[in-house]
Amino acid sequence: MSTPQKLTRIKAVNWNRIEDDKDLEVWNRLTGNFWLPEKVPLSNDIPSWVSLTPIEQQLTIRVFTGLTLLDTIQNTVGAPALMADAVTPHEEAVLSNICFMEAVHARSYSSIFSTLCATRDVDDAYKWSEENECLQRKSTLILEEYKSDNPLKRKAASVFLESFLFYSGFYLPMYWSSRAKLTNTADLIRLIIRDEAVHGYYIGYKFQRVFETLTPMEQLEIKDFAFALMLDLYDNETKYTEALYDDVGLTEDVKKFLHYNANKALMNLGFEALFPADMTNVNPAILSALSPNADENHDFFSGSGSSYVIGKAVVTEDEDWNF
Amino acid sequence: MGLLVYFSSKSQNTHRFVDKLNIPAQRIPISPQDDMPEIHEPYVLVVPTYADGDGKGAIPKQVIHFLNDETNRSYLRGVIAGGNRNFGQFYAYAGDIISARCKVPCLYRFELMGTAEDVANVRNGINKLWK
Ligand SMILES: Cc1cc2nc3c(=O)[nH]c(=O)nc-3n(C[C@H](O)[C@H](O)[C@H](O)COP(=O)(O)O)c2cc1C
Ligand SMILES: [Fe+2]
Ligand SMILES: [Fe+2]
Repeated sequence: MSTPQKLTRIKAVNWNRIEDDKDLEVWNRLTGNFWLPEKVPLSNDIPSWVSLTPIEQQLTIRVFTGLTLLDTIQNTVGAPALMADAVTPHEEAVLSNICFMEAVHARSYSSIFSTLCATRDVDDAYKWSEENECLQRKSTLILEEYKSDNPLKRKAASVFLESFLFYSGFYLPMYWSSRAKLTNTADLIRLIIRDEAVHGYYIGYKFQRVFETLTPMEQLEIKDFAFALMLDLYDNETKYTEALYDDVGLTEDVKKFLHYNANKALMNLGFEALFPADMTNVNPAILSALSPNADENHDFFSGSGSSYVIGKAVVTEDEDWNF
Repeated sequence: MGLLVYFSSKSQNTHRFVDKLNIPAQRIPISPQDDMPEIHEPYVLVVPTYADGDGKGAIPKQVIHFLNDETNRSYLRGVIAGGNRNFGQFYAYAGDIISARCKVPCLYRFELMGTAEDVANVRNGINKLWK
């Protein structure tokens, strides 16, 4: 198989001549997902916000400034860098959608702040972020790879940002939601999480398309690079997690969530999981906050159900079924 | 130990999961141009979820075409669904839909290419199922 070539000159994009049908599938999903923060009634969270302690409020604002930084990096550096590496015009178009949604994500946190928080507290949190070494280190580690001369390294770094680095932050709104707090904010974060899932999937898929054209030696080199970068980022994330969550006693719970997501980030690149089951047993309350109602039917093989359960899903209509 | 039938798109997650199970498996082709398998023995179906934001289109078209064949459908004993929890309420929703439409149990759900624990759970479950 030949190595996919970067696009060199600009050709009008023709969506009726698709070279990789994943481009169209993902384009459809992403455009169908489009949303703006105004869609979510954040102000309904005001009573819940004032019920948090000052420490909890401070933690929440700090977490969201950290997430804002990641989305800003993806919007201004990450997605544009990947666009330059695109091998089909449709890939370029998908990445431009990703790029724009990152700006929407970054903008959403400011909507949360202006709805719930005092300006002074937000300013303090931004200052904290700018001075927090772990947060700065994480952005440096990623930005260095975005500058590298290897498109595969850029893609791997991008997947780690999308599918791993966000989760030290996403944990908190899922935790609040599991305690029936800030539930509208959690709805907004779930929209972001869903977008990031498609981003991580798609960039990881494009990584794998190139990876499979490499020689075994080159593959080994890239795989070593990816695992080493993951371990550097992980090391830094554990420190960042401690700095944020020690005060509220949640650090160990968050770390399990980090391990679980690190495994998923590696899978998006087509690699096997790194952390064993006893390190990834995420608090079930957090898992159900991620996918509400999805665990209602106990799966037979999990041992939690003693008899067969036939799904009672609303049978969505799809004209292709003929029975 | 019984048969698996599965679909996996070009991202190959489900294919990798089924590979790790080490159970005889037949793949539903990605391309509608390729021949659709005809199954004549009991099997479990493994399918990834591809729903939109409203839960529509969760089942890959090729899987629907496979199940539209009455013989294929008559040997279906259960479904295992792939997905990603980050899709929220529609996590592994393909399992719910096939279960409801074909009146077979949803046996298990897993994320992406599955973990070692998922592999062990499914292997055990399948062993018991065919006993
Ligand atoms: C466009 C798109 C839509 C998806 N929708 C869902 C979904 O609604 N629910 C879910 O659990 N997973 C969803 N996923 C995740 C896939 O089910 C998951 O990545 C799966 O491992 C893909 O399997 P495959 O690589 O064998 O095709 C979606 C993925 C894509 C690319
Ligand atoms: Fe984002
Ligand atoms: Fe993203």
